[in-house]
Amino acid sequence: MSLYSEKVMDHFRHPRNVGVIEDPDGVGEVGNAKCGDIMKMYIKVENGILTDVKFETFGCGSAIASSSMATEMIKGKPIKEALLLTNKAVTEALDGLPAHKLHCSVLAEEAVQAAVRDYYVKHNIPYDEKDFPALDHGHDEHGDES
Amino acid sequence: MIMNVYADNAATTKMRDSAVKAYAETAQMIYGNPSSLHSAGQEAKSLLEECRASIASLLGAQPKEILFTSGGSEADNQAILSAARLGKLRGKTKIVSTAIEHHAVLHTLKKLQKEGFEVVLLPVGTDGIVKVKDLEEALDENVCLVSVMLANNEIGTIQPVEEIGKLCREKKVLFHTDAVQAVGHMEVNVGKIGCDYLALSAHKFGGPKGIGVLYARQGSPVYSLIEGGAQERGKRAGTEDLPAIRAMTVAMQEAVGSLPETMKKVTALRDKLIAGLEKIPHGALNGDRVKRLAGNVSFCFEGIEGESLLLLLDDKGISASSGSACTSGSLDPSHVLLAIGRVHDVAHGSLRLTINENNTEEEIDYLIGEVPKVVQYLRDMSPVWRDLQEGKRQYIL
Repeated sequence: MSLYSEKVMDHFRHPRNVGVIEDPDGVGEVGNAKCGDIMKMYIKVENGILTDVKFETFGCGSAIASSSMATEMIKGKPIKEALLLTNKAVTEALDGLPAHKLHCSVLAEEAVQAAVRDYYVKHNIPYDEKDFPALDHGHDEHGDES
Repeated sequence: MIMNVYADNAATTKMRDSAVKAYAETAQMIYGNPSSLHSAGQEAKSLLEECRASIASLLGAQPKEILFTSGGSEADNQAILSAARLGKLRGKTKIVSTAIEHHAVLHTLKKLQKEGFEVVLLPVGTDGIVKVKDLEEALDENVCLVSVMLANNEIGTIQPVEEIGKLCREKKVLFHTDAVQAVGHMEVNVGKIGCDYLALSAHKFGGPKGIGVLYARQGSPVYSLIEGGAQERGKRAGTEDLPAIRAMTVAMQEAVGSLPETMKKVTALRDKLIAGLEKIPHGALNGDRVKRLAGNVSFCFEGIEGESLLLLLDDKGISASSGSACTSGSLDPSHVLLAIGRVHDVAHGSLRLTINENNTEEEIDYLIGEVPKVVQYLRDMSPVWRDLQEGKRQYIL
């Protein structure tokens, strides 16, 4: 199928870091089943470094590929760097996404930030909401949420 | 081992060999313009009328009631807009249809609604079938048209068109039926149905794309959508696509001629496929089990999304379709699945396999073997499925 780039199809067919972390330091879940995509990201943190990242996704090919790519881009990186991951960077790393699929990469960005925020909350680490720009607007582009 | 299985025959079919041959022969040999006076033109004209008569007889219609169009969508548009125009002239501006129609009907109705028409879309039950009683209640003297499809394109359910036709005749209301999915796959006779308009499309039964028919009962209004010539008795301008018309005729003759055998064969394959896929837990067949097209198999599987299912099936050589939002480019899943009561979460996980006489028993076995594996693979990476399994979310199916 030529709907997606080879990169997207590679990450869709062979998703990296798929699964769960049994005792995660942070978990972020974004999207909703009504809209047809949910991303859940699990992180393990040691000395401010994301030593392990795993994901589970309910969604279309680009949602799975975006999650896979996002985990690959942040795994082994310092938290501060992971928070700078944008949907644009994910999209570019995937050699682009069709216009109506761009929200999938937004979801990946949100999932990363949601997992990090959960880590901060659970470990009583003070944080600034400004560090989570993707989480301000929630999941607006999907319209009404139930 | 990968097997190529084309199971998207409701989207379009492979052209029949006989139709390809007829197409090529006509394009090469009978290239005159049917509107021309010379012999080459008149030869084309006579073949055109021969095709019209053949198609009329296959539908139980008169030749002059057959109008060639560019396909099912144009035929649906023309029927509805014609009936609406006459309705408006007579001060009748209400149209009754159903929630599960094809977009060729629904979008045309939406356009009319903006122009001031009252449009009533009847609901369907969880079986995907409209209730005649609901139609009866909606019919009043302001109704100018009833439009109910013969068989649904997504879930294959067959609508009670004969009863609807009878009711419409009693109430003297024009009745249009979109028979695009039905013709060539079940018996279709305009007299039995009692419809005033019927739309069909050649590429659904092994004919070429871009050609179809509007049947318009003698006396029912037909206004031209395309101006510029006297073709089709002034109802549709443009030089007739004779190769396509001839190929459609040949395909329809073959499809209708072999109906009893193919329906028996395809129904058996369908039921085997349904039985095989029903073994997947937390899945459900969409639409009535019996009152459905011989080749339609439509399921919803909980915890997964349809587009990723289609992509992985494609990798296994299987061509299928889904009513998920992601496959349509919109955010809402199929209006048909929502109309039969599937909630969004479940409707996203739909799979439509549409088979015909070209499919084999081996292909059905392959589908029964591969689909459950792909469903399970996607469920294993789905957070929704995990929540369902851990009891954090309630199963719907």
